[in-house]
Amino acid sequence: MAAEPSSSNIADSTGASAPAMARLAPWLGVATLALMLASLFMVFEYVPTEAQEGIVQRIFYFHVPCAWVAFAAFGLVAIAGVFYLWLGDQIWDDLGYAAAESGMVFCTLVLITGSLWAKPIWGAWWTWDSRITTTFILWLLYGGYLMLRAMADDTPEVARFGAVVGIVAALDVPVVIVSVRLWRTIHPAVLVTRQGGHGLEDPRMIATLLVATVAFTVMFAWLLMLRFAQLRLRSRMKELRRALALAEASAGDL
Amino acid sequence: MDNFGYLFAAYSVIFAVIFLYVVFIWRREARLEAEVRALEARLRELGQGSRPAPADTSRGRQ
Repeated sequence: MAAEPSSSNIADSTGASAPAMARLAPWLGVATLALMLASLFMVFEYVPTEAQEGIVQRIFYFHVPCAWVAFAAFGLVAIAGVFYLWLGDQIWDDLGYAAAESGMVFCTLVLITGSLWAKPIWGAWWTWDSRITTTFILWLLYGGYLMLRAMADDTPEVARFGAVVGIVAALDVPVVIVSVRLWRTIHPAVLVTRQGGHGLEDPRMIATLLVATVAFTVMFAWLLMLRFAQLRLRSRMKELRRALALAEASAGDL
Repeated sequence: MDNFGYLFAAYSVIFAVIFLYVVFIWRREARLEAEVRALEARLRELGQGSRPAPADTSRGRQ
């Protein structure tokens, strides 16, 4: 005799990964806090002040990791989109959505911190430089993706359309990266200069950037896990609602 | 200490935005967990489990 499916079975179909994430998330949160404190110490105490730009150059140590994390997040949206289109499993749609949202947070920070650096260095908050413009286009593309997902019916058709938008939008990421080499630009090419070398001559600058990049990557993993677990919970709630509607209809028939 | 205001603003914005995003996630999670618990309790009351159900077409993402 087959066992009657229970509400816990429903949870298993969509929320099985949630307990594992719930256990891991606090550890990632603690790691994020520790790495952030280490990064702040290095940025404000350890690294030397850059000779030409002065103290404002220290924005760079958080600006670049924000950009790296945003690019990684949008790359993940594209990968999740491919898997969703291929397998049609809701878990990939949830992952893509969570990554797009986290990516938008970091892409917004890239634009804001870049603007705060540009004002004292260039004398303007904003300029239509190739890298800044392509980054702004990236921000608009994923802003559109999130608006679509927030406002449209939450159906598999919309999820498939969202997956396509997420994949196409990610094509802008390599354009942003190579933009300083493709077009004439005033944006600094610090990590890999136009001559092929790197612009960070002091090893302390490289170490600080590396630690900050690790800190932001771990923080991204933490935020992604929190949001992804929440979206899995939401999928579970939707299944429970459907099961409840059926159960109530059955009870009404009796 | 020229331009310290810009440096301070940049780091403040980063931590403020991330803090607000974490609060946004936690608040929604608490609401969702409460709703899932209520639905599970209601299902247990009815003594029913999952069956094939019509597609959910609720609007937007939460």
